[in-house]
Amino acid sequence: MTADPNQPGAPGDILLEMRDVRIDGFSDERWHPIIKGVDLTLRRGEVLGLIGESGAGKSTLGKAAMGYTQPGCKIVGGTIRFDGIDLVKARDAEKRKLWGTRIAYVAQSAAASFNPAHRLIDQTVEAATRRGIRPDADSRADAVELFRQLQLPNPETIGNRYPHQVSGGQLQRVMTAMAMSPRPDLIIFDEPTTALDVTTQVEVLAAMRSIVDEFNTAAIYITHDLAVVAQMADTIKVLRFGEEVEEAPTRDMLERPKETYTRSLWSVRALEKPEVKSEDIVLSIDHVDAAYGPFKVLHDVTISIPRGRTVAVVGESGSGKSTTARVITGLLRPEVGSVSFNGEPLPASLKDRSKDQLQRIQMIYQMADTAMNPRQTVFDIIARPLEFYLGLKGKAREDRVVELLKMIELDESFMDRLPSELSGGQKQRICIARALAANPEVIICDEVTSALDQIVQEGILKLLLRLQKEFNITYLFITHDIATVKAISDEIVVMHRGRVVEQGLKSEILSPPFPDYTRLLLSSVPEMDPDWLTDLLAGRESRDPA
Amino acid sequence: MNAVLATILKRLGLGIATLFVVSAIIFSSISMLPGDFGQSVLGQSATKETVAAFRKELGLDKPAPVRYFEWLGAVLKGDLGTSFSGRNASGQDRSRKVSDLVMPRLWNTLFLAGVTAVIAVPLALFLGLTTALYRNSAYDRTVNAATLTTISTPEFFVAYILILLLASLWPVFPSLANVDASTGLGERLYRVALPALTLTLVIVAHMMRMTRAAIINLLASPYIEMARLKGASRSEIILKHALPNAWAPIATVIAFNLAYLVVGVVVVEVVFVYPGIGQLMVDAVTSRDIPVVQACALIFAATYILLNLTADIIGIVTNPRLLHPR
Amino acid sequence: MTEQSETYSATAEVGAVRKRRTRAERAWLLLKSAPPSAWFGMVVVCLYILVAIFADVIAPYGEAQIHPVPFAPWGGDFMFGTDQIGRDVLTRLIYGARNTMGIALATTFLSFLIGGGLGLVAAINRSWLDQLLSRMVDVLMAIPSLIFALMLLSIFGSSVTSLIMIIAVLDSTRVFRLTRSVAVNVAVMDYVEVAKLRGEGLGWIMRREILPNIMPPLVAEFGLRFCFVFLTIAALSFLGVGIQPPTADWGSMVRENASLIQFAKYDLTAAITPLLPAAAIALLTVAVNFIVDWFLHKTSGLRDDR
Repeated sequence: MTADPNQPGAPGDILLEMRDVRIDGFSDERWHPIIKGVDLTLRRGEVLGLIGESGAGKSTLGKAAMGYTQPGCKIVGGTIRFDGIDLVKARDAEKRKLWGTRIAYVAQSAAASFNPAHRLIDQTVEAATRRGIRPDADSRADAVELFRQLQLPNPETIGNRYPHQVSGGQLQRVMTAMAMSPRPDLIIFDEPTTALDVTTQVEVLAAMRSIVDEFNTAAIYITHDLAVVAQMADTIKVLRFGEEVEEAPTRDMLERPKETYTRSLWSVRALEKPEVKSEDIVLSIDHVDAAYGPFKVLHDVTISIPRGRTVAVVGESGSGKSTTARVITGLLRPEVGSVSFNGEPLPASLKDRSKDQLQRIQMIYQMADTAMNPRQTVFDIIARPLEFYLGLKGKAREDRVVELLKMIELDESFMDRLPSELSGGQKQRICIARALAANPEVIICDEVTSALDQIVQEGILKLLLRLQKEFNITYLFITHDIATVKAISDEIVVMHRGRVVEQGLKSEILSPPFPDYTRLLLSSVPEMDPDWLTDLLAGRESRDPA
Repeated sequence: MNAVLATILKRLGLGIATLFVVSAIIFSSISMLPGDFGQSVLGQSATKETVAAFRKELGLDKPAPVRYFEWLGAVLKGDLGTSFSGRNASGQDRSRKVSDLVMPRLWNTLFLAGVTAVIAVPLALFLGLTTALYRNSAYDRTVNAATLTTISTPEFFVAYILILLLASLWPVFPSLANVDASTGLGERLYRVALPALTLTLVIVAHMMRMTRAAIINLLASPYIEMARLKGASRSEIILKHALPNAWAPIATVIAFNLAYLVVGVVVVEVVFVYPGIGQLMVDAVTSRDIPVVQACALIFAATYILLNLTADIIGIVTNPRLLHPR
Repeated sequence: MTEQSETYSATAEVGAVRKRRTRAERAWLLLKSAPPSAWFGMVVVCLYILVAIFADVIAPYGEAQIHPVPFAPWGGDFMFGTDQIGRDVLTRLIYGARNTMGIALATTFLSFLIGGGLGLVAAINRSWLDQLLSRMVDVLMAIPSLIFALMLLSIFGSSVTSLIMIIAVLDSTRVFRLTRSVAVNVAVMDYVEVAKLRGEGLGWIMRREILPNIMPPLVAEFGLRFCFVFLTIAALSFLGVGIQPPTADWGSMVRENASLIQFAKYDLTAAITPLLPAAAIALLTVAVNFIVDWFLHKTSGLRDDR
């Protein structure tokens, strides 16, 4: 096989071959394995999806495919051959000749990965120009053409902008153009859409897929979202704890996953709570307008929450869902409108609310990490509301803490652990126990499962549902994830740019007729179907010929 | 471009406001003097009349705001007042204008600071840059240990060790840096060699460590990793990707350390009996010659504020987010 | 392949779980992992503290006791000779440890009391008070602190009390800035919001939620500020406007004996005499810096060791 870039090999030839690759990382003053012997084969023109939860080592493996390891990591064994070149043994200068020309990289955070000091076009053509793939002027013309193909607005001029002057979704597409500019044999996509909103994600995915198809580029697509990778990849490889779980062609993987672990990856999507209607309103938000200084974020928001049910508030970032929670808890004073609890108006400001009112409404946060004081033990954290609200002391308090720990499926051995000694799911459970300790009627859940891995999400959602049944607790569940909404809600509120688009029972909201925004939002959520994106784009085009 | 201009003007305004407040603080120090101060300056035998005349001369009979603006007006015209020393009980006045005392010495100090800066700034930037590039190498560790030690050492310790080695045991340079207006440039350079060397050692240590930290911080940015993954060489990464974003931190480091130089110069001037403004200030503090202390403090503070202002403005004009607003 | 998912249990969920240890065990483990430089630092600091505490016992003579021989050579009755008016240099060094360190420590404590307290209040209050304090600190920091200290000393005179007060106030500006910035970072944390939503008072939030979490950077800063204060006081004393005779102190000892350096060719030990107190200062600050370096590395490392 030849390493000459001017003579591309035939489609179907093996482009990248990794054998028994082992990588160690340095932390906590010692080396420990991150990748424990993984094989990977990629043919020309093939797209491989690498999927796994946080800590699975997928990003490390993706970068290793370029022969690159981050500072603090090292390849300790195995071989990596790219088109006949041994990347483990290759010197830096040799690898540099490949990087950016024959192997390109698309990073997760486009905003941080573009140099703030240079224009987009200069960064796009940098690699191609450096290696003299074609004259600089041709590269620039080609970049404009790529921008056009990626459906960037004003393809002629957008390259003259600086990174901070364009949006996140646009930057991610420019980065794809940058990767494609030297026409590489292989592109590594490292979670390129994770930071984007769902409606933006669809556009970026479509643009990336069409351009990879167009040039028949081989790619490794790294993500934690199975539905996303199903749209992009021909083959999917599942990683866990630095080892391969299984690898199969996309359709086989989705229809017939061999391993239990793989099935658990979409377990949340299988959860669905039957909805129950209720007219007994416990909490209502009436015609609320709210603003941060001069920036108005809520416009005439009205939501009513029935007792013992779950109301899911859905929307993208900036839709005002978290602000609504702040108004309910009294952290933000509404400009107009009011919040009533059990028919009584709640004072607008936190300071004016009674202890009893505070006790009845509790809150659970997205990041359990930052919601617990790292210097307090689990006992301190759960015991404080017991003492503060219920006046429990001594033995009674300790017994109640144990009881609460049992409720969240943990045991008393956890009592004197610090938050740093808990896993992500355990942390979120402790936060739930802290909220429960106050004997609340309403719990506001702000994206409580978004930061967790799929399998842990399922456990938390099941726990919340069980607690609701046992104690008739009402949830206001804020999320951007439709699968979670299906799993837990009775009613749904759709929010967009600070307004309520609609509120209703789950079955009503999730079935037609849809208001425009709800349709856009719902249709943008990737589904576990390799044809979803193709069908969606075809559908959108036929509806909207422009 | 307007955003940049607006930001610069805002920063300039803030600088001037700060200078204004600082001058007020320095001025008001004279109001905090104990009541019998006139007596102690003129001596116990001074008559009531002479003391009263002295107080009137200081303007202590007028309300403070009026005195402040008179003083400020005079300072702006270059009149820094009259020294307390040289007065005596009889009311005879042989005191000198503060500006006459300060000006020649200010020039000496600027000369010393300038010589130091010319050596120290390039040296520190070079060391900082190379240690950042080859971090955790033996070279980096050696330089770091050496500079950590220098930083923890009082300036006068460094100075006396240099005197011991280069003036006393092996007399290469003079241990006294006594210069006056008639000293020629070559002779002047020879005499300030030891004070300049002392200051250089101290400043380089600080500046090198800060440069190193700033560069390492910069090299950890995701866009630097991206540049590597685009196949950029080490020199390309430094010159093309890191440097355009490094001006602001580097300017801050330099300004901060030149400001530090302003302070370090006081001790070093005393050690080497160098006739600079720092030594003048220490003498004035010892003899409680308040007008001279005020003048020196004002000059030091103004230099300090000006340096920080310059660094901020460099930071503003090299910030792409301000240069190219949305 | 792992079959964990089928018998899923929250208790068994693996994460960044570390072994549970008592406080003493942790302290010992921490000490064991200390690099030689930190060990060196700790030993030196302990020695200094012992010397300072037991100065009366160790010192061969009285603090201000004058012997008939000025500038006596090293050896004999006077290990490091005598100074310009015949006081034993070793004795002065030992008492100097007590005086110089004591004053620097008192100053640092005071400056943390002022700066730390106001910084915390500003961070939680975040309104006009924060604005006022922050602007005041900006102005104070616009004047180099040694220069400001010199100016104030010329007005209030060089007594130990005014020295401590002036330097503490000037230094508290830096403590204020640091405390405020780290406390602001903690104050926006969700767990502080949880406490507010629970209805906790300001005192509880300050003491229980914020203070424990800003201790590591403050402790490190205490070490650095101590060094800075110590060097400033030494410099002022060296300039003759700090600690006044007959109190023994390292800065003024350097100044008093500086002229001996000229005689290096004739008596090297005599020439080294003025360098002894200077070296004592340097050694202590180097030692503290080594400890702080390690401590900072340790505490910042803990945050991302998952």
